[in-house]
Amino acid sequence: MSAIQVVEASKRFGSKLAVDQVSFDAAEGEIVGLLGANGAGKTTAMKMLLGLEEPTDGQLTLLGQPASDVDRRHLGYVPQGLGLYSELTVRENLQFVASSYGVEVPDLSAAGLAEIADLQIAALSLGIRRRVAFLAAQCHQPDVLILDEPTSGVGPLGRARLWETIHGAADAGAAVLVSTHYMDEAEECDRIVMLADGREVMSGTVDEALEGVEVVTVGDLTAEMTSAVESSGGTPLFSGEEWRIVGMSMEEVHRVLGKDARAQRAPANFEEIFISIAR
Amino acid sequence: MTWGLDRISVDFGTTKALDSVSLALKPGEVAVVVGGDGAGKTTLCRSIVGLQPISSGEVSRPDRVGYQPASSGVWRDLTVMENLRLVAGAYRLDSTHASDRIAELLEVTRLEEASNRLGGALSGGMRQKLGVAMAVLSEPSLLVLDEPTTGVDPVSRLELWSFIMRSASENRAVIVTTTYVDESRRGREVLALDAGRVLAVGTPEEVVNTMPGAIFESSEPQHGSARSWRRGSKWRIWVEDGSTPGEAVPTNPDMADVVTVAALRNESGL
Repeated sequence: MSAIQVVEASKRFGSKLAVDQVSFDAAEGEIVGLLGANGAGKTTAMKMLLGLEEPTDGQLTLLGQPASDVDRRHLGYVPQGLGLYSELTVRENLQFVASSYGVEVPDLSAAGLAEIADLQIAALSLGIRRRVAFLAAQCHQPDVLILDEPTSGVGPLGRARLWETIHGAADAGAAVLVSTHYMDEAEECDRIVMLADGREVMSGTVDEALEGVEVVTVGDLTAEMTSAVESSGGTPLFSGEEWRIVGMSMEEVHRVLGKDARAQRAPANFEEIFISIAR
Repeated sequence: MTWGLDRISVDFGTTKALDSVSLALKPGEVAVVVGGDGAGKTTLCRSIVGLQPISSGEVSRPDRVGYQPASSGVWRDLTVMENLRLVAGAYRLDSTHASDRIAELLEVTRLEEASNRLGGALSGGMRQKLGVAMAVLSEPSLLVLDEPTTGVDPVSRLELWSFIMRSASENRAVIVTTTYVDESRRGREVLALDAGRVLAVGTPEEVVNTMPGAIFESSEPQHGSARSWRRGSKWRIWVEDGSTPGEAVPTNPDMADVVTVAALRNESGL
């Protein structure tokens, strides 16, 4: 039995089906990434798991129990807005959370936060605030962690450090469900689930998603050529020294841009795959 | 003609918000400024458009500059069309020209059907596209966009980038700031900032090729090491002196490695 199990879950708001028969799971120690455009259904899926929204249809279970019944002490959640008290210090925030759960205050030195323990949350950078929020969410060692865009707006080193902490929680046995807008973070996840318009459009490992998918690269594109590619259903992307065209075959590119376009095939990256699936 | 910043510094009290930062770009070029929260991206944008007094250095900008602030600059209580008309009015564009230009921008941004919706009722991606359209409406020679893609989903981000590239192709210099390192490859020029200091600058290729030292990859956990960080299921190790760390294998650095190494050195004084 997986720690997180979602079976054909749907959620309807009025005439809109926000989540449409979505299934996925996450085992103990596993990090599963939830990817999708805005409005794809990620946050609704997370809210159903947290017991904040009742599913219209389907089953959501955490640790073998219906998500809405599970003891909250088994859950850790970091919302996009972080949920910290900005007028309180780092130590006070953690003391408050720890006492609510009846556990000891986490070790600030071990978390590398000792130096800033007595600073107000409002005075800290976003990256540090995110680390504090994460520490607060897992101070009671939850079995399931739900993280809604935990690295948004943080610089690369800060993101790497946050991911170390997330991997640490998974290595200690937590099942982690994480949503992100950073496509390069998909490689941090053991598996990914991609949503578009409430439906699951891809599920598996990053390597499985990348296998065999190609884009066409060309040297330079003028504004007119860009328009021609777009009106033929392709997506042109400037990347370093070349343009990469998603969603068109080599033959189609030759037909639209002519044989002189110096078109070549190249393996797609994850962002390009996401775009070709999600749009 | 080149626009940009020459060794500018901006002091806020005792804090150096920008510390001798330079960036130069020509018409038709896109420069990407990458950095996290507090890096100095907004101060840089405000300095180049003339909203922020600088402590030292020089700024060169054309007469006509388009600027989109990080808040998107869209009036939430006005419709899409009213937002665009208001900007056209502020620039005193003649009404026929303004109507043509607005129609063209609505088509390119695919906002035609939303033209009567309130700015506040748009999705994040649509609002940012409107913000860029407003900044480019007066056909400025220099366009400065502060975090247009933050919080915008990948599909809409791409539409924004294709709009930005199109704007640059009209012989316009464009500066775009972002927190997404992978977007640095959309620029001819990249400037990585951290706490007001330059971490790296140059073409994406130059920046990657001139990284000091080398990157190794290891399956062994490297907890607590100041020169390593986790990436996916592996650990990256930065080595400066040509040695090989244990079981690790050398790997080609990418932009994320370069920026991470620079931030490590900045953080710990390595």
